[in-house]
Amino acid sequence: MAADPSQPLIDVRDLERTFDVRRRVEGRRGRLRESVRAVHDLTFSVDAGEMVGYIGPNGAGKSTTIKMLTGILVPTGGRVSVAGLDPSRDRVPLARRIGVVFGQRSTLWWDLPLRDSFDLLQKMYRIAPARYRENLDRFVDLLDLGAQLDTPVRQLSLGQRMRGDITAALLHDPEVLYLDEPTIGLDVVSKGRLREFLRALNAERGTTLLLTTHDLQDIEALCDRVIVIDHGTSVYDGSLAGLHAEGGSSRTLVVDLVDEAPPIVVPGASVRRVEGPRQWLSFPADASAAPVVAAVAAAYDVADLSIQEPDIEDVIRELYSRGG
Amino acid sequence: MTGGGTLHLAVATRAFRRYSTYRAATLAGIFTNSVFGVIYSYVYLALWRANETAGGYDAQDAVTYVWLGQALLMTIALWGGGTTDDLAERIRTGDVAIDLYRPVGLVGWYLASDLGRAAYHLLTRGLAPTVIGFVVFGIALPDSPVAAAAFAVSVVLAVVVSFTIRFLVASTAFWLLDQSGVKVMSGAFAIFFSGMMLPLVLFPGWLGTVANGLPWASYLQVPADIWLGKHLGADLLVALGFQLGWAVLLLAACRGVVRLATRKVVVQGG
Repeated sequence: MAADPSQPLIDVRDLERTFDVRRRVEGRRGRLRESVRAVHDLTFSVDAGEMVGYIGPNGAGKSTTIKMLTGILVPTGGRVSVAGLDPSRDRVPLARRIGVVFGQRSTLWWDLPLRDSFDLLQKMYRIAPARYRENLDRFVDLLDLGAQLDTPVRQLSLGQRMRGDITAALLHDPEVLYLDEPTIGLDVVSKGRLREFLRALNAERGTTLLLTTHDLQDIEALCDRVIVIDHGTSVYDGSLAGLHAEGGSSRTLVVDLVDEAPPIVVPGASVRRVEGPRQWLSFPADASAAPVVAAVAAAYDVADLSIQEPDIEDVIRELYSRGG
Repeated sequence: MTGGGTLHLAVATRAFRRYSTYRAATLAGIFTNSVFGVIYSYVYLALWRANETAGGYDAQDAVTYVWLGQALLMTIALWGGGTTDDLAERIRTGDVAIDLYRPVGLVGWYLASDLGRAAYHLLTRGLAPTVIGFVVFGIALPDSPVAAAAFAVSVVLAVVVSFTIRFLVASTAFWLLDQSGVKVMSGAFAIFFSGMMLPLVLFPGWLGTVANGLPWASYLQVPADIWLGKHLGADLLVALGFQLGWAVLLLAACRGVVRLATRKVVVQGG
């Protein structure tokens, strides 16, 4: 059953999905039929064990992609393969090997205690009893759900419900876990714990994670790789560091001089702003700060130095605006 | 397949329990069914006094038919509703995506759930009017264990056929976003063509022929005629075969619609 290790776990080639929509047009009778491309020319692959951030603005085609990866939506063009299966044709066998978590929807049954939901899932995924107990004990312990097992889902807090959903998605040892905005609405502590848990899951079990989120801290904490999608197609695929270079972003060196001085002149950096003895120098995000700091320290009397990392949100905003 | 069987049994049990929590609604429903049973009984008695053999029924058959109708009304969810309303709501909100992520067919899942609901309604909303009809109006009981067993099978098939039609109605929400208009229309057809308003045996000429061939005849007319001993021997198998045929055909249609929905439409929401 295991996928061929030489093949990527998720393989997407020239994927396309169009929707027919009818639109009312001023001054015309009836409706105009239009074809809208939600996803087009999308190609990427993900190897087993990767943690990939899949990000893009609202309406970019993120969930359309996830729906095609899980087989609940049939592509209108291109190919998808997950664990060697064609998702839309083999939806049910594939469902046994993947897990899905939504921040905004629960896969648990509203009226059932958490434990009963898990029992139903054991039957649904035909999880061997020993394995089920082992997994349940482990996740309940790691996610601190012991006290909530007999509480109906409708009475759980958002954080508890989320941890319940994550447990539900993992009981059958999925090879891939899709997470759609998993930390939305959670407080800082809960977010931190969830990220820690996901990192450990990936390290210990090699579970592949594909994460869509608007919280870029999720990405920074979890993902070595980012795919940015906009207007239905990939506009960036690579490392998080590379994303900074791609977006032309820069880091900032804040220099507090002992005395006021004219703008500092050093190689590899340029002054953006001067305010009394404080000056802001920017230099490329992918360059080292050391030579800039050394050059400044050699030529001026420096009271203090600090470095500001580029804001990844700015970088991505820049990418989106370019695509538009 | 045993694993799947256990799951569907668990799903049905859960639906049974869920419906059993609405005790007050159950009691109010039984009361309403009984009041309508009394009213219809007197109307039918008047009708059969005018024509003592109308549709091949005698007066006792006619009154029995009334009470069986009241007993099966909720079991087959004649007006629509049942667990297919949950489905329509989940399509509207987009939660159906979660159902589709599961390694279980959508049709089988909701059918199991609806059978659990129907079992609860049969034991409460079905049993109570039958007893009241027997005590107050002396309705006929099945003549033989065979007729009783065949009736039981027929009721299960009636629920399956009614489920498939309700499932198809709920599925229109994939395209229309809301099932309510179609549901009202479908309910009107169901009341007329199931024989709930008037037994199909009274429908004249070609209307009778058509009505007896439509799937709605499975809801009440067929089980009632089996209870009344109108179908005997090979005829009994034909009657059950008629229901089974519609059940199989319409279940296939339900599967087809789910496939079509993932091909043609947007599942709501991200």
